[in-house]
Amino acid sequence: MASDERTGPADHKIGKTKRGPDLFMVLTWVASVAAVATLLWILESIVTPAWPAIQQTGLSFFTSTAWDANRDRYGALPFLIGTAVSSLIALLFALPLGVFIALFLSENFLPLGIRQVIRFVVELLAAIPSVVYGLWGIAVVIPIVQQFGGYLSDSLGFIPLFSGPATGNSMITASLVLAIMVLPTITAISRTALVAVPPTLREGSYAVGATRWETIFRVLVPTAAPGIVAATILAFGRAMGETMAVAMLIGNSPRLSWSLLSPAGTLAGLLANQFGEAHGLQLSALMYAALALVVLTLFVNMAGEAVLRRAEKATAGIR
Amino acid sequence: MKTSKASFLFLGALVTQLLSWSASATTQLQGAGATFPAPLYQRWIAEYTKANPDVQINYQGVGSGAGIKQFTQNLVSFGASDAAMTDKEIAAVKQGVVLIPATAGSIVLAYNIPGVDNLKLSREAYIGIFLGKITKWNDPAIAKTNEGVKLPNSAITVCERSDGSGTNFVFTKHLSAISPEFKDKVGEGTSVTWPTGVAGKGNDGVTALIKQNRGAIGYVEYGYAQHNKLPFAALQNKAGEFVTATTASGAATLATTQFPPNLLRAWPSDPDGKECYPIATFTWLLLYQKYENAQIGEAVKKFVNWGLADGQKFSEDLGYIPLPKEVVDKCLEALKTVQ
Repeated sequence: MASDERTGPADHKIGKTKRGPDLFMVLTWVASVAAVATLLWILESIVTPAWPAIQQTGLSFFTSTAWDANRDRYGALPFLIGTAVSSLIALLFALPLGVFIALFLSENFLPLGIRQVIRFVVELLAAIPSVVYGLWGIAVVIPIVQQFGGYLSDSLGFIPLFSGPATGNSMITASLVLAIMVLPTITAISRTALVAVPPTLREGSYAVGATRWETIFRVLVPTAAPGIVAATILAFGRAMGETMAVAMLIGNSPRLSWSLLSPAGTLAGLLANQFGEAHGLQLSALMYAALALVVLTLFVNMAGEAVLRRAEKATAGIR
Repeated sequence: MKTSKASFLFLGALVTQLLSWSASATTQLQGAGATFPAPLYQRWIAEYTKANPDVQINYQGVGSGAGIKQFTQNLVSFGASDAAMTDKEIAAVKQGVVLIPATAGSIVLAYNIPGVDNLKLSREAYIGIFLGKITKWNDPAIAKTNEGVKLPNSAITVCERSDGSGTNFVFTKHLSAISPEFKDKVGEGTSVTWPTGVAGKGNDGVTALIKQNRGAIGYVEYGYAQHNKLPFAALQNKAGEFVTATTASGAATLATTQFPPNLLRAWPSDPDGKECYPIATFTWLLLYQKYENAQIGEAVKKFVNWGLADGQKFSEDLGYIPLPKEVVDKCLEALKTVQ
């Protein structure tokens, strides 16, 4: 740029450079204001079209189980529950698995080179597009769930969670695939947290006579807990917002069911399925559902943040 | 300061660059709407523009509801819908609307039962299945009309549409016409809530669900079942006969349609006649009565005229039912009113 040529060393006096606004500061200001403004803008453009539905259905939107577009009755409870339950089941599988992988990768059971390869492969799972997970679920998980679900509902059908008939596209299918999708998030952040535990803690633990396993579970994991909690929350957020793979696998049913082998629906899936063809109050109700999803994710993140802070305070002494 | 000035200049240049576009010489037509006739319309467009290179036509299969929306907002040159347009929707278009039934198709009940490919379903049976009252394939209501067929003792997985759709509209209209219970419990509409089953997006989504789930049955356009080699059931019609969806049985159904005067909008929701397949429907092109841009109006008219006259011969190949001659004549007449 032309101005660079004129900027000789002589210009670098404090008095001269302070003249005029600092371009870098202006840019950072603009960027941060733009980020906040975009969030507000998005919220505004959800709330405005959602307003008719908010006025008409009010809070019954969250308690009613009937989503009946042709009769203009909208209740999102089945989708709210479907979103929460599918994400929680995904975490149930992904959290222990992810933490164990993270432990394995942060300990020296294997040479560093091999651990790096494993770590790379696990983190690569995050790079797979959602739709590919959906296709994989269709090709692999659905047949397994149909086969096993059949046995399960035949033998344990008296338990509401496993009552039949077992459908391929069901809550459990979507949850299993979600678990794999959030696994890299949990593994990567937990591993970073475990690696960041000061080596002095480990040495101290060994010094007082603890075994390796005692050290891992009584010292390392508790110290890294804030990171693991953060990982869980991020994973939960990702699972709740996941759309494509879930819409392909969960069966998109607006009916509540106790059975994990029955089809269910999620808020994100509902939006993806019905938005294109919706009009009038249905469109408004979908926007209301979108608002609920945004608020839900916001709430989860805030709750997570609070937990994270408390955990950080509790472990502050040993850090 | 100097640096910031230069940056702004650079940004300005970039924006100018982005904003500039070029105009083209050919007439461009934009269409959007139903996915069901989309393969046929694409074929028409390909054939038509080959002969008329001065026109460019772009059709987006975004769904009937979205098609009506874009048409009403004046974003397209023509729309398309399986559910035509309601009186209220027509009233919202200030240029006026001409509905042209452009092609037709049957909705079939495709299924996936290993070893069974000649299923016959009575009205009682298929209403029961879609109401969730018949849950096993060897239910007496199904077995009664399928003597000699080995029906498995397995659960029925009903596959349906998760999105709003013209296919939903036509199918639920038929079920509501033949079953008061269905009308009461589910009702008719482009987006309904089914009492049972799994749902997928679009005809392709439902087709995929049927293929994935053993013991599945679902409603899709004839062309989708045919393309994917899925067997579909012979359905009992009003006269009590079991009829398979074919071009002939679909055309017989269409021929029973009585259009109201001045509006080509009707559904044969429960046709009389021994040879009629019970669920067939037209699908409509939505044109403006009065085009603001005369050049575009003229081009749309020419294209639709060609589709009605020459385009019908591509129907059967792609799984559609060619329009009966009386309907084509009525359409051409209606097309003349477009300005």
